[in-house]
Amino acid sequence: MTGEIDRLHPEAAVLSGPRPKPRAPRGRGRVAVSWIVLIASVAYFLLPLLGTLIFSLRDRPWYQAYSDTLADAQLYRAFGFSLVIAVITVILSVVLLVPTAYWVRLRLPRLRPFVEFVTLLPFVIPPIVLVYGLLTTFNAPPLPLTTSDLGANVLLVCAYVVLSFPYMYRAIDTGLRVIDIRTLTEASQSLGAGWLTIMWRVILPNLRVAILSGAFLTLAIVVGEFTIANFLARPMFAVYLQLISGNLAYEPAAVALFSFAITWASMGVIALIGRGSGRRVEITGAH
Amino acid sequence: MSQTADMHGARTATRSGRRRFRWTFVGVLPFLAFAALFLVLPTLYLVVGSFQSKAGAFTLDNFFHLTSTYTAGAYEASIEISLVTAVAGGILGFLLAYAVIAGGLPGPIRSLIMTFSGVASNFAGVPLALAFTFTIGRTGFITALLMAVGINPYANGFTIYSKIGLELVYLYFQLPLMVLIIAPAIDGLRREWREASENLGATSAQYWRHVALPILLPSILGSVILLFGNAFGAQATAYALTGGFIPLVTIVIGQQLSGDALGDKNLGYALAIGMVAIMGVTLVAYSWLTRRAERWQR
Amino acid sequence: MSYLVLTGIQKRFPGGTVAVQDFNLEAARGEFVSFLGPSGCGKTTTLRMIAGFETPTEGRISIDGADITDRPPNQRNVGMVFQSYALFPNMTVADNIGFGLRVRRRPAEQIRKRTAELLALINLPDKGDRYPYQLSGGQQQRVALARALAFEPTVLLLDEPLSALDAKIRVALRHEIRSIQRQLGITTVYVTHDQEEALSLSDRVVVMSEGRMEQVGTPFEIYNFPTTPFVASFVGQLNIVPASIIDSGTGALTVAGQAVRVQRAFTGSSGRKVNIAIRPEMVSLGPGPDGSNRLTGTVSEVSFLGSIVRIRVRVGGDSGPLVSLDEFNEPTLVLPEVGATAQLSFPAQGPLVLDPNVEVGESVEELIAET
Repeated sequence: MTGEIDRLHPEAAVLSGPRPKPRAPRGRGRVAVSWIVLIASVAYFLLPLLGTLIFSLRDRPWYQAYSDTLADAQLYRAFGFSLVIAVITVILSVVLLVPTAYWVRLRLPRLRPFVEFVTLLPFVIPPIVLVYGLLTTFNAPPLPLTTSDLGANVLLVCAYVVLSFPYMYRAIDTGLRVIDIRTLTEASQSLGAGWLTIMWRVILPNLRVAILSGAFLTLAIVVGEFTIANFLARPMFAVYLQLISGNLAYEPAAVALFSFAITWASMGVIALIGRGSGRRVEITGAH
Repeated sequence: MSQTADMHGARTATRSGRRRFRWTFVGVLPFLAFAALFLVLPTLYLVVGSFQSKAGAFTLDNFFHLTSTYTAGAYEASIEISLVTAVAGGILGFLLAYAVIAGGLPGPIRSLIMTFSGVASNFAGVPLALAFTFTIGRTGFITALLMAVGINPYANGFTIYSKIGLELVYLYFQLPLMVLIIAPAIDGLRREWREASENLGATSAQYWRHVALPILLPSILGSVILLFGNAFGAQATAYALTGGFIPLVTIVIGQQLSGDALGDKNLGYALAIGMVAIMGVTLVAYSWLTRRAERWQR
Repeated sequence: MSYLVLTGIQKRFPGGTVAVQDFNLEAARGEFVSFLGPSGCGKTTTLRMIAGFETPTEGRISIDGADITDRPPNQRNVGMVFQSYALFPNMTVADNIGFGLRVRRRPAEQIRKRTAELLALINLPDKGDRYPYQLSGGQQQRVALARALAFEPTVLLLDEPLSALDAKIRVALRHEIRSIQRQLGITTVYVTHDQEEALSLSDRVVVMSEGRMEQVGTPFEIYNFPTTPFVASFVGQLNIVPASIIDSGTGALTVAGQAVRVQRAFTGSSGRKVNIAIRPEMVSLGPGPDGSNRLTGTVSEVSFLGSIVRIRVRVGGDSGPLVSLDEFNEPTLVLPEVGATAQLSFPAQGPLVLDPNVEVGESVEELIAET
C-alpha cells in the first residue's frame, strides 16, 4: 500500500463491483411449473417438424424423397430465383433506407416520427392487400408493370422492399443510434470528404452488423413469402413448394424441412453477428 | 432607401433560406417517393375504388354490401380466428416467456427459445400447413398413433381443415411472436419489486395481483392486440391449408384476385380497405398501450 | 444488548465463492449499526440474509430472542429500503406506503391514518397522490423509507440508500434518516461504502473486507484506533511513509535518515524496512510541542480545498517520501511557498507501524487507556 487515499472522494478507492447476479427464485414449485411449460411448448413445436421428417422418410427407399428433391431442377431454379430476388431487395432496401435514416437523424429530426410511421405502414397493409393494390395500380398505362416478366419482377422486388421497411429501418436506426454520426460526419467533412465518401467509407462500415441483421431477416422473409409471389405469378421458392404439394406425396416434406432449415440458419447467423452488439428487438410476423 | 434594402435583403434571405430548406429534404426524397409509389399509391387506388360504383360514381354502397352474408361471414370467421389465436397465443406465449426469463430455468434455455421463436414466428404459409398436415392431417403420424391406440379423431368430427385446425396451426407463429414481444416487458419487471413486496409481507399471489400483473398489463394487452392484427392479415397459411374452403377476409380477397369471386371489384376494394382500417386501429391501440407501459419501465 | 443477533453467519454460493464468513454481531434495541466496506466485501449479502433474500449456509439470526433464520422473507417483519428505491411504479405514493398494511389486511381507515402520519414524518404531506416517476430521487427514497416503516417493523435495513443521489441531497437526507430513526427508536442496519456516512450516522460501525469482519466499534474507535491495516487505510486518509526500524523496544525508527519515535508497540528486528502510517490531520507545520517527532523537508505542493489546506512535503532529499498534512483554513493562515523548507511535527502516539510481518500492537481498550 502506498500513496494517499482521497478522503474527499472515498468512492475512488472503491472498485466498482458487479451488482448481485439475478438469483433463481426460491420456491421449487415455481421452477417445476416452468419446466412443465417449457416441455409442453417444446413438444408442441417439435411435433410438426417431426411429422414432416417422418413423412419425408416414408418413401421407398427412405432417402427417395431427398434424392428426388436434389435432382429436381425446378427446385434449384426456384430457390436460386428467390435468392437473387432477396439479394436485390436487400441492396435496394439498404440504398434507400441508410441515407434516409442517416439524413433524418442528422438534419431532419423533426421528421423522424413521420418517417417511422411510414416504415410501419406495411404492418397496416398486409401482403394480400398490398399485392391487390399493386396489381390494380400497375395493370394499365402509364405503368403497365404486370404485363411483362421484367415488370412483374420489378414489382416483386419493390413489394418486398416495402415489406422489409419495418425491420431494416429499425435495425439501421438502432445501429445509427449507437455510433455518433454527427461527430463522425463533422470529422469527415473537416478532412475534406464529400457525402458519397462519408456514406460509403464511414457510415456503412459502422453499420455492418445492423445491416447484416436486417439483411438476413429480409432473406428469411423473402424466401418464405408466398402471397405476393403467388399473385404476381413469380416462380419463387414458396410457390414452387405449394405447387409440388398438390402433386407429389413425399418430396414436399423434404422441401419443407429444407425451407425450415434455411430460416433457422438465417436466424442463427443473425444471433451470431448480433452477439456483443447489444440487444436487438425484432418484431417479426408471419402470414 | 433602407426599407428597400431591407426588403431586398429579406427577399434574398428568404430565397436562400428556402433553397437551403429544400436541399435538406432531398435526403429523404427517394425513400418517400418509393413509399408513395409502391405503398401509398396502390392503397389509394383501393380506397378510391371502394367508394366508386361499377359506373364510377361516388357511393357508400360497397361498404354496406360488406354486411351481406358472404363477406360478413368472412369477417366473422377472420375476427373469430384472430381473437382466439391472439388470446391463446398471448396467454401461452406469456407463460413460456416468463418461464424461460424469470422462471428459474437454466440461462442458455432463454436464448435458445428466443432464437427458436424468431424462427418459428417466420415459419408460416405452405411449409407450416404441410407440417401440420403431416402431423395431424388425415394421414398424419399423430393421427396414425392415436388410431393405433383406438382413438380416431376424424371419426368424431375433428378435422384439421376447419376453424379449430386453423387456429391450432396459427398458434405455431402466434405463440413465438408473443414470446418475442413480451420478453422486454418481463425483463423490465425488476427483481427489487418482487423483493420489496416480499419484504413488506406479500405472498406470491399478492405480488402478482397488486404489482406484477398491473405493471405488465399494458404490455400484455398491446401484444395481444398485435397478435390479433397479425392473424387477421395472414393469408398464405390459411390458403395452403384449406385451399379457400373457409372464407376469411384474406382468402376472399385472394379469390377476388384470381377470378372475380365476388362479382364486383368495387366490393373487393371495400373489403380490402375494411381490412386496412381494422389493422390501423390495432396498430394505434398497440402503440398507445406500449407507450403507457414504457412510462412505468423507467 | 442483544435485540438483533447474528451468530457464526457464513454464506457460500453454489459456485464456491464464500461471500461472508465468521460474521457475529449483537445489536441492541434502537441501535444504529453500519456495515462499511468496499464493493464485494459481503456487507450487502449479510444484510440480505437478515432480510431473508439469502439463506446463510451456516449460522443463525434472531430478532428479540426469536430465531428467524428459516423464516421466508415475507414473514420476518423487517423493513428494507433498497438502493434503487424499488417503489411500485403502478401505485401512488400513498398506495406504496400503505402496501405493507394492505397485505396484512388492516382496515382501510387505519391504513389511511398511518399513511398520513408517515407522509408527515418524511415531510411530503401533499404528495400522496403522485406516482413515483413524478418525484425526484430524494423524494422517492423518502417514500421508500416511509413504506418500510409503515407496518412498524422490528428492524430497519437500508442497502446503500443514498448512493444514487447527488452529494448535497445525500448529506441532507442522511441527517433526516438518522433523526427519524432516533425518533422511532428502531434498530437499524445501514450498508454503505461511504465512510463519511457510516462515521457520521452510526452508533457502531462494522468494517468488512472480503467477507470478513475487520473491526467493530464506535466511529471514534474505528477512526482513531484501527486494529488492522485494512481498517487503517480504508477509513480516513492515511500517509504511508517508508521507514527503517532501529529498535522496536524503544519504538525508534528512521524516516529518510531522520529519527522518529512511535509509541504504539510493534515488533521487528533492527534494520527491517517497514511503513509508518499517520493521518494527515495529526501532522502539523512547525516544531510542535516538546516530545513531538520532527521531520524536515521541502514543500512540494499546496492545495487549497476550501475548509482545509493540504500541504505535501518531501521529507529528506529529492527522492524522499511525500507526507501530506492538512491545516484548517483560516484567514490568518500563512501558506508556505512551494520549494521552501518546512518542518513537520506529529505526536508519538499518532503513527501506526505497518508491514505484513509486523503485528499491530495493543487492543483498543489499552490504546484508549493510554490516550
